[in-house]
Amino acid sequence: MRVTTTELFRAEGLGKTYPGVRANDDVSFSVRPGEIHALLGENGAGKSTLVKMIYGLVRPDAGRMRLGGAAHAPADPRAARAAGVGMVFQHFSLFDALSVAENVALGMDAPPPRRQLPPRIAEVSAAYGLPLDPARRIAGLSAGERQRVEIVRCLLGEPRLLIMDEPTSVLTPQEAEILFATLRKLAARGTAVLYISHKLDEIRTHCDRATILRQGRVVGTVSPGEHTARALAAMMVGAEMRPVDRSGRQAGDAVLVVRGLTSAPGHAGTALRDVGFAVRAGEILGIGGVAGNGQEELIAALSGETAGRPGTVLLSGADLSALGPEPRRRAGLLAAPEDRLGHAAVPEMSLTDNALLTGATRQRLAPRGVIDHAAARAFARRIIAAFDVRTPGPGTPAASLSGGNLQKFVIGREILQDPRALVVNQPTWGVDAGAAAAIRQALLDLARRGAAVVVISQDLDELLELSDRFAALNAGRLSAPVPTEGLTIERIGLMLGGAHGMEVAHVAA
Amino acid sequence: MILDVTTLLLLISAATPILFAALGEVIVERAGVLNLGVEGLMIVGALAGFAAAHATGSTALGFAVAAVAGAGLAMIFAVLTQMLLTNQVATGLALTLFGLGLTAMFGKPYEGIKAPPVPAGPLGVNAMIWLGLALVPLIWLGLNRTRAGLILRGVGENHDAAHALGYKVRAVRIAAIAAGGALAGMGGAYISIAIVLQWTEGMTAGAGWIALAIVVFAGWNPWGALAGAWLFGGVTVLQLRLQAAGVAVPVQLLSMAPYLATILVLVLISARQTYARGGGGTAPGSLGRPFHALR
Repeated sequence: MRVTTTELFRAEGLGKTYPGVRANDDVSFSVRPGEIHALLGENGAGKSTLVKMIYGLVRPDAGRMRLGGAAHAPADPRAARAAGVGMVFQHFSLFDALSVAENVALGMDAPPPRRQLPPRIAEVSAAYGLPLDPARRIAGLSAGERQRVEIVRCLLGEPRLLIMDEPTSVLTPQEAEILFATLRKLAARGTAVLYISHKLDEIRTHCDRATILRQGRVVGTVSPGEHTARALAAMMVGAEMRPVDRSGRQAGDAVLVVRGLTSAPGHAGTALRDVGFAVRAGEILGIGGVAGNGQEELIAALSGETAGRPGTVLLSGADLSALGPEPRRRAGLLAAPEDRLGHAAVPEMSLTDNALLTGATRQRLAPRGVIDHAAARAFARRIIAAFDVRTPGPGTPAASLSGGNLQKFVIGREILQDPRALVVNQPTWGVDAGAAAAIRQALLDLARRGAAVVVISQDLDELLELSDRFAALNAGRLSAPVPTEGLTIERIGLMLGGAHGMEVAHVAA
Repeated sequence: MILDVTTLLLLISAATPILFAALGEVIVERAGVLNLGVEGLMIVGALAGFAAAHATGSTALGFAVAAVAGAGLAMIFAVLTQMLLTNQVATGLALTLFGLGLTAMFGKPYEGIKAPPVPAGPLGVNAMIWLGLALVPLIWLGLNRTRAGLILRGVGENHDAAHALGYKVRAVRIAAIAAGGALAGMGGAYISIAIVLQWTEGMTAGAGWIALAIVVFAGWNPWGALAGAWLFGGVTVLQLRLQAAGVAVPVQLLSMAPYLATILVLVLISARQTYARGGGGTAPGSLGRPFHALR
């Protein structure tokens, strides 16, 4: 039965409380058939909780939902799928060791017999321009291809409402364009798309309407095309965003020089091939690229986690290549790796102990090998105060901080040690807009004080905002750095290797 | 040393307890659970099966009781690790110690008693051997060609994804643990009822550990488990033959041979494996990780 009214889905007064957090409070909005509807909000604004309720993963404790004129209260995802809701997850819900066809079968409630599934997959792939080989294992697929598997899996269930949770965060700009072409095709056939993102530009270009959430409540539903990105951001945050201050920096001599850096592949499996660059004092070098192209290997080689051949990593002319992280810190080369729980911080340990872990040498927190607890606590307090880390105190375990707060702590810990060169990977990943701006400003301030800064990130807007020069990491090779001034997203997309394997999609579109 | 029919039967018979236990553990680990309590499950099956066979005179009933006892003991592990989220490694080790202690206590009255004879089946081979051989293709088909098997593999590979898709991770795992326990129990009973023909304390003598090792070098595949069990059975029979022939090698060294062979093969195989995941013969992605769903 096709709904002829103007509404396909409606939420009325939805609420959900977790211990200590009101994730959703009196949330009401509606989605029309055939529209691409954005859910916009900072991290922790309650977007994920909201869509999980629609998809039956979380049960609301207040309010009700209607789908296609009938009450919608799914007990589990199976019931939601039966009602016509499909969902593509932010963190792919795929099974690495299984084939594409097996993954699709697991996502269907009544899959066709084993032999009939591949042709069905091929059929849907062709119809929407999403090329896929049903026999391949997920482990060998790129992020874009993985997402196609998720989308095809959803489409085989013929959903009336398709939920997409931050789908473009893992895609190159070109891959994102192809995704939007697919979404528009779906919308043209009457499917409603509920689209979660905090990328304002893509929402302004591609979404028909946007519902904005702040601290679990609906701020309003607007036509995003009619507002500027700044106005939308202000609605999300509840205050005007201040642009970062890039002024007052002067490039000095080359501080961090990397030459002919080559490494064995790490767990992610991408070897660095002849990577070279030089960063001057007061300069920020941005390194972009889709995850898994050597970012982890690069930061491991720079931090000293993996030692390199002589002459590959130099700090002010001194060869640090063979040294481990501790001597490199002593020399002034500091690093803040990406994964803050497990790599940058020990989750179970207190903030004081975590501050001690990388700060001990430069801050003299453990003279003659004995920990000076008072000094360590004072250092942790200094980080907490300087970077506005919201926490009860330095004795709090790192794991109990929210992602954004811990990220501020981890970055602050390195910046306050006055490094001569600092390497950060994904400095604002999973951090809300306010905290992200603070971290970016702190990196700029550090450069102003004369440090050489390398920012590795997948957020191209961030790289354009921060860096003086930009280089792309693709399959373990680093392009020659180019000045950021006048660089466009399209140009960067091509530097990142563009959309490989996407030609079929162009033809179909 | 000629490979005659008798030797071959001896080999297959010696391999049967380990084959059962390894097949059970393949199912458990494919569901993402690491149960190190196989040795304990086997010894409890050995005693329960022996006691039931002795009391009723029916070896078939003995094996059935062993399966129930194994599954029952495994449910302790299931409740602890799946409901109370205890550490799987520690709980598995405790299960083994528990099983060994429990049987040492309750097994005293059964020492020195002879088991009732196992009736010969088709071709003069007993039904348990046939069952073990039949289970290999059946479990392979079940895992790779049925929807239930696909769900089980999905749960073992990525429990968060399986949960997000609406599958009952905990229920699947508890069922797998029960099946693994039943198979390990039957394997243990085969030692007491069909090989040694009596009950002695600690008689499984590390067979459970060998089964665990075999699961790894089998690449979590039932056919590999068969190959591993036969390899172990083969070396066991070989060293017994060498002992009987009076070869001038210390008996202790010969008795070590099956275990040494297992270690050697494990080392060779892990040396070959790379970091690359997702191919055949790699561990299930969620193996040993506790699952906790937030609703």
